[in-house]
This record gives sequence, C-alpha cells and structure tokens, in this order.
Amino acid sequence: MSQWVDQIFVLFKNWLVGYLPAGWQGAAGVILCVIAIIAVYPTLFAIAVLLERKGLGRMQNRYGPNRVGPFGLLQPVADGIKALTKEDVVPLRADRVVHFLAPIVLVVAVFMLYAVLPMGRHMVLVNLDAGLLFFFAMGASTELAVFMAGWSSRNKYSLLGAMRAIAQMISYELVLLLSTVVIVMISGSLSLVTIVDAQNHYTGIFPHWYVFTPWGLAGFLVFVIASTAETNRSPFDLPEGESEIVAGYFTEYSGFKFALFFLGEYVEMLAIAGLGVTLFLGGWTAPLSVLTWVPSWLWFFAKIMAWICFFIWLRGTLPRLRQDQLMNFAWKFVLPFTLLNLLVAAIWRFMGGGWLRWVVCSTMVVAAYVGMGRIEMFKRRIGPRTYRYAEE
Amino acid sequence: MTGFATPLAGYLLVAALLFAIGLAGALTRRNAILVLIGIELMLNAANLNLIAFWRYGPNPQALTGFMFAIFSIAVAAAEAAVGLGLVISIYRHTHTTDLDQMNRMKG
Amino acid sequence: MGVIFYLLAALTLAGGLAAVLLKNTVHCALALTVAFAGLALLFLRLDAQFAGFAQILVYVGAVAILVVFAILLTRGSETPTEGVFSRSWFVGLVIAAAVFAALGAAIVESAPALPGETAAPSVTVLGIGDALVTRYVLPLEIVALLFTAAIIGAVIVAMREKERAK
Repeated sequence: MSQWVDQIFVLFKNWLVGYLPAGWQGAAGVILCVIAIIAVYPTLFAIAVLLERKGLGRMQNRYGPNRVGPFGLLQPVADGIKALTKEDVVPLRADRVVHFLAPIVLVVAVFMLYAVLPMGRHMVLVNLDAGLLFFFAMGASTELAVFMAGWSSRNKYSLLGAMRAIAQMISYELVLLLSTVVIVMISGSLSLVTIVDAQNHYTGIFPHWYVFTPWGLAGFLVFVIASTAETNRSPFDLPEGESEIVAGYFTEYSGFKFALFFLGEYVEMLAIAGLGVTLFLGGWTAPLSVLTWVPSWLWFFAKIMAWICFFIWLRGTLPRLRQDQLMNFAWKFVLPFTLLNLLVAAIWRFMGGGWLRWVVCSTMVVAAYVGMGRIEMFKRRIGPRTYRYAEE
Repeated sequence: MTGFATPLAGYLLVAALLFAIGLAGALTRRNAILVLIGIELMLNAANLNLIAFWRYGPNPQALTGFMFAIFSIAVAAAEAAVGLGLVISIYRHTHTTDLDQMNRMKG
Repeated sequence: MGVIFYLLAALTLAGGLAAVLLKNTVHCALALTVAFAGLALLFLRLDAQFAGFAQILVYVGAVAILVVFAILLTRGSETPTEGVFSRSWFVGLVIAAAVFAALGAAIVESAPALPGETAAPSVTVLGIGDALVTRYVLPLEIVALLFTAAIIGAVIVAMREKERAK
C-alpha cells in the first residue's frame, strides 16, 4: 500500500502514457513531467509568498494579509489577478527588446533547474550523468537576465541594483559550487539521483545524510549562506534594498513582467532549497528509518518548505549587510574555509572506516573555523565582545 | 538531408564561418572590448572543431579532442579575465577604449 | 545531419554575426551570449554533454558577465558617435574573407574523405575525471598554475590602483 502511494505519480504517468502508440510514449512522458513541474512549483510559490507575508507579519507584531478569503488564504490569487490586469509600463528610453526578454530568460532558466532534481523515488525528469553541472550552468544563466533587466531599464537604480546583484551572485556562486564539491568527492558522482541513493542508508534508526559528517556539516553551513546570497534574500538583499535603490534591477517593471520576476525569484529559491536538500539532507529519504512508510515525495516537499520557513525567519531577524562586508565575507572568510573543507573531505575519503577519521576531520573543521576567525579579529584589532548597559 | 557529404563537414564549415566572423570582428571593430569578443568567437569556433573531430574521429574513447576542448574552455576563461582587466586598466590611463586612438607607446 | 543541426548552426552564426555587426556594445555582448548558447547546444548534439554544460557555465555564466562588466566600467554602453568600425576595416574584411575561403576550400575538397556517421561514444563523467587525473594530469596542473597566475595578476592590478589613490 505504502509502496503504491509512494509511486502514485509515476504510476499515473505510465497509465496515461500507456494509451499512446509506442513511438510517442517517451516524448509524451517528458511533456507530462514538464507540465507537472510547471503546475506544482508556481503553486508552491504562492504558498511560500503567503507564508512569508503572514510569517513576517507575525514577527513584526502585525497580522499580515487577512482580508481575502478565510485567514487571507486567497491573497496570492488576488495578487495574481492584480498583476495580470495592471498596465504594463515600459520607460520611454528603455531598450524595448532587451527589457521584454529579461523576465522570460529568467523564468526559463529557473524552470530548467528542476529538470535534474529528484523529487521522489524514481521521480526525476532526466537523470543526467552531469546533473549537478547542469544545475549550476542553468543557475549561472540567471545572472544574465538580471543584467539585461537592470541595463535595459535606463534607470540608475536599476543599473546599480543589477551591478550589485551580479557582483554578489558571482562571488557566492563560486562558494556555492565549491561547497558542493565535497559531496561529489565523497559520493563519486555528479548525478543527483546517485547522490540521494548514496544517502539512503540507516545506522539504527538514523540516516546517512551527508550533513551528519564533519565536512558535510561545514559544507552545509556554507551552502546555506551562499544560497541565501545567491537568491538575494535578506540579510544579503542589497541588490533590491528598498531603502536604498527602490527595488534594484526590476524597479522599472510593472504588471505581468514584474510578476514574472517575482515568480522567477521564488522558484529559484525553491530550486536551490531543493538542491540543498538533495545534497546534504538526503533528498527524498526519510529522516528516521521508522518513517520510511511516508511517501518519498512528501519528504522532499516538506524539507523544501522547512528550508523556505528558515529563509523567512532569517529575513525577519537579521539586518542587511553592507556591500564591502558582503564581499569581504565571501572572499576572505567563506572561500578559504570552503577550500580547507575540500582538504578535510579528501582526508575523510582516504582514512577509511573507524572513529579516528571522525576525530581528525572534526578537529580540522573546528580549527579552521576558529583559526580564521581569530586571524580576522587580530587583523582588525577587535577584542572580545563587550556589552554596555544603560544602568551603568 | 542533402547538403554536405558527411556530418563532420557540416560542423567544420560552421566552425570555419564562425572563425571568419570572429576574425572580421577582431580586425574591423574600434572598441577594444569588441575585439576581445571577436577573439572569443574564434576560440569557440576552434572548440567546435575539436569536439567535432573527437566525435567523428577514429578513436573517441580516448577523449583526446574532448579534453582539448575542456582545457581550451578553461584557458579561454582566464584569457578573457586577463584581457578585460588589461582593457580596463588601459581605460583608466587613457579614458578611451577606441583602438584607433591608442597609438602612443608612452603611458 | 537533419533540421536541428541547421537550426542550431543558423542560431550560432546569427549570434556571432550580430556580435560583430551591431552598433550598441551591450547588444553585441548579448548577441555573443546567443552564439555561446548555440555552440553549447551544438556540443550537446555532438554527444559532448559535459563540454556543453561547461560551455554554458563558463561562457554564459562567467565570460559574458565579465564582458558586460567591462563594457559598463569603460562607459562603452553608449553608442559611439564617430562610427564603430576602425579606419582599416576594409583590409580586415579582406583578410577574414581570405581565411574563410582557404578554410572552406580545404573542407569542401576533403569532404568526401571525411569519416561518415558513427555510433555515439559513451562518455561518463567518471571516465572524464579518470582521464583528467591520469593521462591528462600534466595539462591539468598547468591550467591550475595558469589560473593561479591569472588570479595573482588580477589582484596586483587592483592593488596598484589602491596605492595610487592614497
């Protein structure tokens, strides 16, 4: 029974495709999967936006949207109708062709990301041998859309936002890529399906997720930081800092095109969360061996939504960084730490089994973190943190 | 399709045409950055040749042409970074990227 | 061959032509990206999956961005008033045409002798990685050295500017 529920979507697809002549079945299956992806992720986007508005509202002691439908649950629908019916304003001096193409390039590139993500057991559009490389190649293409949007608007805030966004995305893309290399080193594959399968074992009731190893934990933390920056989320939301440069690169977009940018941003966030879940948190595998009866796709989407909630929490908590702090953090702290982490993963790989590698690798990760923090403190002549209270 | 005798000839012709376009761009444009764009096109045309020869060559399992292309992509990235860095530092000196005006050896 | 090859070839060549012909420098850079993407698709068509993705990652993701950054930093996004082609454009065009004529003639001449359609080679990422650290380990190390040199060079260029500002 549980097996049947687990594979319900695959069985449904096979049943539908079965009515077609044999020559068409492959193509029809792919088209069905694409339709499913295009239907599911915008729905998740609507849920994520509602969660974000409600959650942020609660964190700031207000209600959030509560007028449309019960508890404001239909707010995304209202937003969608509003975006569709609004006038599409294009600035007079804007480069019309590029201005029109930018949101399309973004949305297409972002939806391509899902082609290689395994969303459940046997639920992946294409199991590419170089899946991780494909994901990063498509992710890199979004930078170009950001530049096109910012440059074609002929607006200094747009251009500044685009320059900030690209500088930030390039810096953190490097970190993001390097933080996933440890996974490739240990699992020996770039295929995301193989990486999930390698994590699908249990010791007792606990899973073999990569986050539960010294190098995996370090890589995971770096990945979380870099993914926050890569999706321009707070505290790394300088490219669209409302208080400084209006809305960054999509200032001059309105109506449906603005909605496309908004969609693209959230769908990319979901995709990067999906990649993080796949690489470090076991993808669709259950967190405890006693819970394997729950359908695999449910675990995948639950983990993604948990990740999104974490992002919302971060946004409600942390203040925005300054541009130089952002760059210094990426190049002088996170990047060297990630490179050291590669060394740790290599040592882990060649020390074989046993408890010794746990001790050695944990020590190395902690020493790298503490040492680099101390060096930075020494260079800036910062002492230990001090507190001053009003009563004194 | 009748057009070329073999698929390899088609790819080689495309690569040759792209190379010629890149060469023409590099030789005729005024802007230094566009000259670099022309050079990039030429490098890419060479990559296409390497991959095509690897694919239709006698021993594709040896990966020779493929590896050549991978290394060429890597080197071209470094080349673009250094070339554009030079263009920017020249621009800081002379406040122009127009190659016709860069005719002095003295900085 | 087939229709897909002709479409991709047309896309690539159109991108390349636009990149060298358009007036606005940023448009040229964007057209260059189209050419890069077309080439990546041609690589995929040639069963070189890894090279195709690497092409997109490196060229569309990095080189194109570098080019537009350089254009913006050199105030090149405005269309120049005094023509976009250099004084010696005619000579350049003749040289390019001559090179294409020579290459094209060689290809057409040797076309009958070229090998025909062969079975797609099975290349795994594992095989590529294996080859990189065994047979091609020396070029790999040299590329690493080159990158280190390029990074140091970039840092030095940036640092010298800082000293001058003092």
